[in-house]
Amino acid sequence: MSCVQTIQDYAFRSIGFGERLLPRDDYTLCEHFTLIGSGMIWNIYFGLIAILFGFFAATGLALAKNSSSARVRKPAEFFIYVFRGSPLFIQMFFAYAVFLSIKQSVPGFSLLTSAWLGAAIVLFLNTTAYSAEIFFGALQSIPKGDLEAADAYGITGWTRFKRIIWPSMMRLAWPAYTNEAIFLFHATALVYFSGFPVWQQRGDALYYASYFADKTFNPFIPYPILAFYFILLTLAVITIFGRIGKRLNRHLPQAVVRRPSFMRTLFR
Amino acid sequence: MFSYCTDPSTLEGFSWLSCYLTTGKHMAFYQSFGIVLVLLAITAPVALMFGFAGATAARSRIWPISLLGKSYTAIVRGVPDIAFFMFFVIALDQGFEYLRHKVKCSDWSEPIRQGNDFVVCAQAKLPLSTSPQWVHETYGFALAVLTFAIVFGAFAANVLFGAMKAVPRAQLETAEAYGMSPRQTFWRIMVPQMWVYALPGLSNLWMILIKATPLLFLLGVEDIVYWARELGATKTARFSDYPHGNWNAYYFGGLLVFYLMLTSISERVYKRLSLRLSHGQATAAGEAQRKAAT
Repeated sequence: MSCVQTIQDYAFRSIGFGERLLPRDDYTLCEHFTLIGSGMIWNIYFGLIAILFGFFAATGLALAKNSSSARVRKPAEFFIYVFRGSPLFIQMFFAYAVFLSIKQSVPGFSLLTSAWLGAAIVLFLNTTAYSAEIFFGALQSIPKGDLEAADAYGITGWTRFKRIIWPSMMRLAWPAYTNEAIFLFHATALVYFSGFPVWQQRGDALYYASYFADKTFNPFIPYPILAFYFILLTLAVITIFGRIGKRLNRHLPQAVVRRPSFMRTLFR
Repeated sequence: MFSYCTDPSTLEGFSWLSCYLTTGKHMAFYQSFGIVLVLLAITAPVALMFGFAGATAARSRIWPISLLGKSYTAIVRGVPDIAFFMFFVIALDQGFEYLRHKVKCSDWSEPIRQGNDFVVCAQAKLPLSTSPQWVHETYGFALAVLTFAIVFGAFAANVLFGAMKAVPRAQLETAEAYGMSPRQTFWRIMVPQMWVYALPGLSNLWMILIKATPLLFLLGVEDIVYWARELGATKTARFSDYPHGNWNAYYFGGLLVFYLMLTSISERVYKRLSLRLSHGQATAAGEAQRKAAT
């Protein structure tokens, strides 16, 4: 079987298209690359969903933690404390057990125990807590001058938040938030090892990597391939977040690198 | 455990619960909390040693060594830690068996990798198939500790590398001016001063290490997650004296509380430690202490 054929069969295996049976013996390098890459679809899906929803929830939560009213602040602090103080692995197990009992007592919640929804919810809540702490720290270190200038111009309320506070908060939080995004993508590898069942062998990249390692007793091929994919993903995250970060900082005085022209260095 | 526990089916309410929570399996469950603490106690210093070695290597002037140190931190940080745990446990095991095979059975002519099998001679098996159960368990645990130390050593190397750079240059120049050799400067001036800069990073790392301990379960150690799954699962009257439904949520809720306690205690210890360490240091925190005292 040629490699093109393998790619056609297994490239979308993790989401249920293509060949149903996984390879049984004579595992080729091509099969390793294709199947583990196919599993990456799930890792990217979980990461994107959690970041997209988590970003907005975290902004709200950071504001709630910064609130002067204890009734708003205390629940936000407690939420952040619980999710940052306990392991994601245990949170997954706990959530799965709770979802299972909800499903058994209330009909109509059966989707919660499938990974694509249940695990996405747990990852979303987890990243919300971590990002909210980062945003809260940024909120606390917004330059006083920015807020005073806003007051002087008579900017208040929603406009003040949208035009002054939020952009500064993003700018200050961005490096730490980039780290959080990277860790979140790494955390997506936990999903199928923490209670959430793999349905019809449609797992993520680590699931397929460990499948190959179990079958061949040779960890030196599948895991480096997995590492390769994750390093690519990490580099992509760094590139995209770096672009956004540059845009957030574009109004600040940039360090201009003035290269002496070639001729001037020659004749002085 | 208690004298009234002989016939559990007649018990009810509190006495049922007291008997249920003191069964042999539950005792093993409580002991496994000790495993987590032992893992933390052993891994933290070993990882710190790995980190120190990695940071020193990354600073080296000989470029192959510095490249080794830098790529160690870069690779481990770029890949999910869970992938490393699953990789290293098999890789280390096979590596040890391969070395023992080379030493003990040098007359063995067959290849070690035969298709999808990894075959070494019987004397090279680790642990030996004749050894008792506790040796197997200890070996598994030792592999887990080594894996944790390798992964967290990379993170620690990154922190210590930054801390070494943060020591004020003037301090090192003074040492050189006094005629200290590079080795003396390193051990007598840089190493004692770097800890205060490394502390925030190391405390963060300690928190991450605590939160990584449940991954022991994936390495095949009978830890708290293993027992929680075992005890929380539905038990029918046929197989257990204490039948109950699916209690996983309670058990994992308990683990959640255990970890929350562990992290908040650590946070308190960290606050005290940083107060103690910044005493007399030329940093903002040390300056604030000096001002408060006068």
